[in-house]
Amino acid sequence: MMFDRPLLRFVPRGTKINFMRGRFIGLATSAVLSIASLILFFHPGLTLGLDFRGGIVVEARTQGPADFNAIRAALNAQHVNAAGVQSFGGPDDVLIRLDTPPDSEPDHEARTQAMVDSVRHAIATLPGAQVLRADAVGASVSRELFRNGMLALGISLLMILAYIWFRFEWEFAVSAVVTLVLDLTKAIGFLVITHFEFDLVMVAAILTILGYSTNDKVVVYDRVRENLRKYRTMPLAELIDLSINETLSRTLGTSCTVFLAALPLALFGGASLSGFAWVMLFGIVVGTSSSIFIAAPLLLLMGEKRLRRDARPPARP
Amino acid sequence: MMYYSRLRMASVIGVCLIGLALCLPNVIRQPVASLPWRQIHLGLDLRGGSYLLLQVDMNSVAADRLRGLQDETRQTLLKNSLGYRNLATTAHGVTFTPRTPEETQPDLKALRAMPMNVPGEFTVEQGGDGQITLTLSADAARQRAYDAVTQSIEIVRRRIDATGAIDPEITRQGEDRIIVELPGISDPERVKNLLGTTAKMTFHLVADSAIGSSVPPPGVDLLPMSDGQGTLPVFSHVDVDGADLTNASASIDQQSGEWAVNFTFDSAGAQEFGDVTRANVGKRFAIVLDNKVIEAPVIRTAITGGSGQITGGFSAQQATDMALLLRAGALPAPLNVIEQRSIGPSLGADSIRAGGYSLAAGFVLVIAFMALFYGRFGWYANIALLANLVLMTAILSLFEATLTLPGMAGMLLTLGMAVDANILINERIREEVARGRSALQAMQAGFERATATIVDSNATALLAHVMLFVFGTGPVRGFALTITIGIVTTLFTTLLLSRMLMVRWYARTRPSTLPV
Repeated sequence: MMFDRPLLRFVPRGTKINFMRGRFIGLATSAVLSIASLILFFHPGLTLGLDFRGGIVVEARTQGPADFNAIRAALNAQHVNAAGVQSFGGPDDVLIRLDTPPDSEPDHEARTQAMVDSVRHAIATLPGAQVLRADAVGASVSRELFRNGMLALGISLLMILAYIWFRFEWEFAVSAVVTLVLDLTKAIGFLVITHFEFDLVMVAAILTILGYSTNDKVVVYDRVRENLRKYRTMPLAELIDLSINETLSRTLGTSCTVFLAALPLALFGGASLSGFAWVMLFGIVVGTSSSIFIAAPLLLLMGEKRLRRDARPPARP
Repeated sequence: MMYYSRLRMASVIGVCLIGLALCLPNVIRQPVASLPWRQIHLGLDLRGGSYLLLQVDMNSVAADRLRGLQDETRQTLLKNSLGYRNLATTAHGVTFTPRTPEETQPDLKALRAMPMNVPGEFTVEQGGDGQITLTLSADAARQRAYDAVTQSIEIVRRRIDATGAIDPEITRQGEDRIIVELPGISDPERVKNLLGTTAKMTFHLVADSAIGSSVPPPGVDLLPMSDGQGTLPVFSHVDVDGADLTNASASIDQQSGEWAVNFTFDSAGAQEFGDVTRANVGKRFAIVLDNKVIEAPVIRTAITGGSGQITGGFSAQQATDMALLLRAGALPAPLNVIEQRSIGPSLGADSIRAGGYSLAAGFVLVIAFMALFYGRFGWYANIALLANLVLMTAILSLFEATLTLPGMAGMLLTLGMAVDANILINERIREEVARGRSALQAMQAGFERATATIVDSNATALLAHVMLFVFGTGPVRGFALTITIGIVTTLFTTLLLSRMLMVRWYARTRPSTLPV
């Protein structure tokens, strides 16, 4: 029957790639990328989205290509001091950005909210223009959202650590979480380079990447643990290589399906989701490669003594 | 592992069929009114509308009660012909010095007999320096704050209902916040203005003796006029409270041709209004709205009918809105908008289209991948995937959950990750076949060994998304919710459904080799 047997194979049967030989190259590359990401994080830094920065964002669609001078004039007539007026999406879509008044001013919350109405009135004076979206987030709310976002990230990392610790030995937990932190820094570097706005949706993307990446590590570690019981005398480096090779087609297969699922979102998801989806795609690639090139070598470094206590060196003739 | 009893099969199929039935309300109309008909709601980002986050001004709740307590203390002492000096409010109460030390005991007795809103609301003590202190208890303050938010929600609901908004959602958030969601209203300016008005109407006698003095005597407040033209001194004591209104409407005054607001008191309010006007004929009576004097007409005769009219130079919209506000009642404290998000209908429609296309495209890609790389078992995984989509929709409908754009992304990612379990099982079976195991042994080993891994990897993903649900807000919660539900349905469809399909196929055909 046509659909009975698989038509294609993803990874040839019984690969014997010596991943552990390249472990230092893998770790060094990862370290360089993560350090570069950290530098980017401090300078120029993340582009904070509305959720975390506070302020006002109004998206409007004008009749015909947007006339920026007319828009600026209309805003000035309403005494709105826009921080940015830029095109976005199509030529008739305009994004207007305003910052929150400084916290020191009384009524800064009320003024933030009132400014939205001023922008609306300004747009109403332009013939045929309509407001697609108007968001205003006060300073206190944005601080809260930021704190909650960071809490969600931090607590998730801790819980993943606790779970792996509970299910595996601590070497596994520590190398998994170190790898996750390295993945996380790279995702941040990616955000800085691409100028995608860092907001709650991005936190969701990063958490999904972390969950997915952990999932990947768990599968490899599961096999390492199984093989530790099965091959009592095999050196750890060889054993980890064997485990990676055995799980390779699953690792790549799953990465592929998640990648395929996220790809349409990146291409057709629209302005609000494509950034999210690109970060997901990046995270899938990073997460999959870090399972092989980072998490496994780390496990080897940390567990060389402890996990193979009963391993004897092979007998010499 | 390789045996499915009839009962087990029936329940797996049963769950899928129930899931399918639960999805129906989303696509067809309710045939019989008595049938429960739950469906997924579209989030504001998909259908267009406004989201407002309001904060109740708790300082003002506390300050109001303190002012009230100060006024009650003054009235009680006056009624009992007792004197006082230095009557003042502190952070948690009211203090004053008795006129003479001999009056201390009568003071305490009179004040302790004052009515309380809740038992033990305040205590009356004599300090070492002879001062008398009334202290509001912290418990009562908390209760009052809670009640203020509850009452605010009720008033907000009444005001929004009066505007004719469709399906508004008003919910409490945290200690002092209210979320208002208004589907279909993409410009919330009027609602914001309505909610931003406290609409506390009170009637005070004008303190004619204090007109012209810049520092009002005790018991008198200098209030601004609502038209911004100067100030007017009025007695702090509230003679009649607008809370006793039963009705208010806007109309054009027959004589002047101006817009006016007509109001009617309930019987208690009418009685009070009649008494005050009868006793003060010839004096000026100030109508105060949110600490601004709208007008202060001279009382010509006692007004006993319980109805009156306010003319303050209103426009038609102002008069209509004011009548609406008076009908709905006053907010116990000012509300401040601290976050607003509104989405126009065209953007919502764009988002639905984008989300729908992506979902369809992703689904097709994943199905094609599984079919190409895993053959028959891949198709079984695809059947499970379809069931997964149905069950996710069913659970979301059952909870009447809100589907947001990130929620649609969550569904798509769930589908991508759901086949992971099938891939794990299939790869394991391949390995076992490569080791020379028989078809039966290979399938058995595949299921057995893969199960622990599947549970482990889903548990960690579950942890991350539960956290996101707890700490997230708005659309992001929708994402966390769909992924969390998706993980549960994935465990069902892969561990029970797709395995059942594989086992049944094996039992039917007894193959010697597996299509892997």
